[in-house]
Amino acid sequence: MSLSTISLPDHAGPSEIIWHYIYIVICTLVFMFLIAPLFVVIPLSFNAEPYFTFTKEMISLKPEAFSLRWYQDFLSKEIWQVSIRNSFVIAFGSTILATFLGTLAALGLSRPEMPYRAAFMGILISPMIVPLIITAAGIFFFYASLNDYVQMTGSYFGIIIAHTVLGTPFVVITVTATLFGFDQSLVRAGAMLGADPTTVFFKIIMPLILPGVISGALFAFVTSFDEVVVVLFVASVDQQTIPRQMWAGIREQISPTILAVATILICVSIMLLATVELLRRRSERLRGISPG
Amino acid sequence: MTNAANAIAGLETADGTPLKAALARALRRKRMRAVLLVMPLFIFVFLTFLYPIGLMLFRSIDNPLVSEHMPRTVAALKDWTADDLPGEAAFAALTQDLEDARKSGAAGRLATNLNYQTGGLRSTITRTARQAGKLEAPFKEKLIEISPAWGNIETWATIKLLSDRFSMVQYAAALDRKYDIHQNVVPLPEDQQIYVTLFMRTLWMSIVVTVSCLLLGFPIAYMLASLPLKHSNLLMILVLLPFWTSLLVRTTSWIVLLQTQGVLNDLMVFFHIINDAGRVQLIFNATGTVIAMTQILLPFMVLPLYSVMKTISPTYMRAAQSLGAHRFLAYGRVYLPQTLPGIGAGCLLVFILAIGYYITPALVGGQDGQMISNMIAFHMQKSLNWGLAAALGGILLVGVIILYWVYNKIVGVERLKLG
Repeated sequence: MSLSTISLPDHAGPSEIIWHYIYIVICTLVFMFLIAPLFVVIPLSFNAEPYFTFTKEMISLKPEAFSLRWYQDFLSKEIWQVSIRNSFVIAFGSTILATFLGTLAALGLSRPEMPYRAAFMGILISPMIVPLIITAAGIFFFYASLNDYVQMTGSYFGIIIAHTVLGTPFVVITVTATLFGFDQSLVRAGAMLGADPTTVFFKIIMPLILPGVISGALFAFVTSFDEVVVVLFVASVDQQTIPRQMWAGIREQISPTILAVATILICVSIMLLATVELLRRRSERLRGISPG
Repeated sequence: MTNAANAIAGLETADGTPLKAALARALRRKRMRAVLLVMPLFIFVFLTFLYPIGLMLFRSIDNPLVSEHMPRTVAALKDWTADDLPGEAAFAALTQDLEDARKSGAAGRLATNLNYQTGGLRSTITRTARQAGKLEAPFKEKLIEISPAWGNIETWATIKLLSDRFSMVQYAAALDRKYDIHQNVVPLPEDQQIYVTLFMRTLWMSIVVTVSCLLLGFPIAYMLASLPLKHSNLLMILVLLPFWTSLLVRTTSWIVLLQTQGVLNDLMVFFHIINDAGRVQLIFNATGTVIAMTQILLPFMVLPLYSVMKTISPTYMRAAQSLGAHRFLAYGRVYLPQTLPGIGAGCLLVFILAIGYYITPALVGGQDGQMISNMIAFHMQKSLNWGLAAALGGILLVGVIILYWVYNKIVGVERLKLG
């Protein structure tokens, strides 16, 4: 991936060549600004010393300067074990709910007959736009008012519901995007050839929107997996999650264990991104948009 | 045209209904089906999102404690004009009310509630409530003896002010204003003004973040749009990876990079740009918040810019240049105007997201990098002044809704892209 692929015209004068290289340097710096913070954390998580900067020994690549002690710490502490389990339980629960509700709504929203589409869309996307602190405060008041009937604060159910509402906009967006330009005549063709609506859905619509559904689900999963504000407001000590544990760790004093966790999470996000990219290309290929 | 309409009007379906009615019914049924698909999520969002936010907004104007637990005092103060201390009847009513409040266990909450409005009233209320049962008429002198605050017109004006169940008291406080004894809204003394400054700082920081995102995002969006897809897809991953990475991870990374003992300062010392004593404080202040937020929100700028730039044909630029325009003039007059929809979409989105940011300022903001969300969190969790938190949230929410509405009008929410 060389940046020189942006070619200069043959007739470029010296000033144009200079500007061209300045431009490439600027772009490289911006890309570094985006990515560098992530990659600084990775080597530091193998630091043998409890410092957040490179020791002289690390720079001279002495093997004893590196260790896995922070990973051991992460895997051996019970609080982290509990957090991992809780994060997965909550994220899975809310992903399933959000994907189901979001996909249904997206199917309705992309039908040409849908009345007030823009208004509905605006409302259904709003959980992504409204500041989290407002949502969290509102949900806190709401749950507190329900506590006489059902215990909502300090319950897994309460957090799963709150995370579901935060995740649905992503599902709605990705699924409507795959349905954008969906040829409705395919549905009619299916019906004309004798398929009932259920068959049409599973044989025609589902394969086409599946990439969108999966990437929406992944977005919803990440949203829940990374969410901390609602958890801070409505969870009790029993619902310790990874982000909450990191939040506490950063606020009190950063132990390099957090860097180990961060490294693991970065690897997870690389895998998720790769999955979504592959799905996107598959979806574009299926829908006949030029392959990337 | 009319002939065709008449022709349709005359047609009938197999079972004898006019075709027009049959078509209308079919359309209605299709519409119903679309709405039915959307309904489950709509109801869900209504119950778990819209209603809770409504509940919060309600709390910002709702003030039930005084009207509920001090009914006699409220009645006694009904015609009181705050020119002089109220009469013996009001003092008697107050003694009765506070005695009842102590019995029902509401005195503490009442004291806290009144104390938010006028500092120092907490101890006055709790002390008076404790002794109210033992007092006998006449009450006026005895109450003033228990706490001289009862000899203050201001104390009584506070009770009268809070005796309305619904009021804008919290919004006044959220805008650094208060009600004086005659119930006029007046600005707080300058040394007590916090929130307007904080709102201004939030706006200012969001603008700085938005402009930084635009300045950094524009060149790389242009690069992504002008490279062949095979290469731009690889670079696009660099934009999307931070997008997929946990916010807390990214914030941690910035702390590691920017701390005074962090990587960047170490590098600068190593290259003798600064000496060891002159390490720069880059984080736990407004600078750190702006840097971290710019990186976190940059993908939201790059994606809409990229999708607009992708549609701009390079022939316009070539035409402008072959007509004699200098490269920069061609960029400024031909290319830039065509990217405006992307710039508008990106800036609005980044600004909307920036203005309500909480996590990053809370972790790297230090003292002067705090934003309005952090103050809301403070009142929700620490000072427990939920009414004020709700009012601050209400003001922030109105701002966000207006911006979102504008975004929806000019960009269209269905064009939001996530990669």
